[in-house]
Amino acid sequence: MADQARFADLAMEHMPSLYSAALRMTRNPADAEDLVQETFLKAYRAFGRFEEGTNLKAWLYKILTNTFINSYRAAKRRPEKADVEDVEDLYLYHRLGDLQATGTGRSAEDEMFDHFTDDEVKQALESLPESFRMAVLLADVEGFSYKEIAEITDVPIGTVMSRIHRGRKALQKALLDYAVARGLVGSADTGH
Amino acid sequence: MGTGESDVDCNETIERLYTYLDGELTDERRIEIKRHLDDCPPCLHAFDFESELRQVIADRCKDRVPEALRQRIHDALQAESESHPAGS
Repeated sequence: MADQARFADLAMEHMPSLYSAALRMTRNPADAEDLVQETFLKAYRAFGRFEEGTNLKAWLYKILTNTFINSYRAAKRRPEKADVEDVEDLYLYHRLGDLQATGTGRSAEDEMFDHFTDDEVKQALESLPESFRMAVLLADVEGFSYKEIAEITDVPIGTVMSRIHRGRKALQKALLDYAVARGLVGSADTGH
Repeated sequence: MGTGESDVDCNETIERLYTYLDGELTDERRIEIKRHLDDCPPCLHAFDFESELRQVIADRCKDRVPEALRQRIHDALQAESESHPAGS
């Protein structure tokens, strides 16, 4: 049984990543702050049931996710688009493949990555429908395994895998849209 | 080399690329894919791109916690521990 006095020592280091996750989930800074605060309070109260030495980060993320689903998922007047378009494998890779690097010694793809701002990457992720956004966030930003994500989100592993794979492709499509809008890639080259 | 073993081709490699990237293949499958990547520069190049993109997403989706939020959480936990002392 974990001791609440240890909570600050153990849990606080996860605040930055929980806060980022909350921002991506709620897409609203005020809600994100409330969500994180509520999560920490719930975690603190439940800490006596946490088995020290087991996966604290996953445990905290499960509380965060459940709190988000129960309290902050906005009541929607219109149903959110719940699915993503299917695009082929290596979607972004193929479309950047014809770019010429500018002679800095780095590949065109590497230079492309430099051009995206942090906000564009965050917004691209936030543009995904919620279930895909959560899957990509937990896998790629937070590095959880499929099994951990299945436990955190309470869906089967097969579904987790499908959401991650399809979500990544949807994210690539969103990033390509930014690249086209900024003139980094010609729309003619992309079949856009 | 490859006597009687089935080698994976590019199609199969690309299909499994994400699962390989995520470290979620069985050992046997992982070895097969790695072997193909070692021998196939185009597939390796695609893999490197996807791997780097994943890292870019992770690096860019970071946020600084507002100091006021840290303080509010600290205060809330403090209040909680005072109203519910451990062991009570």
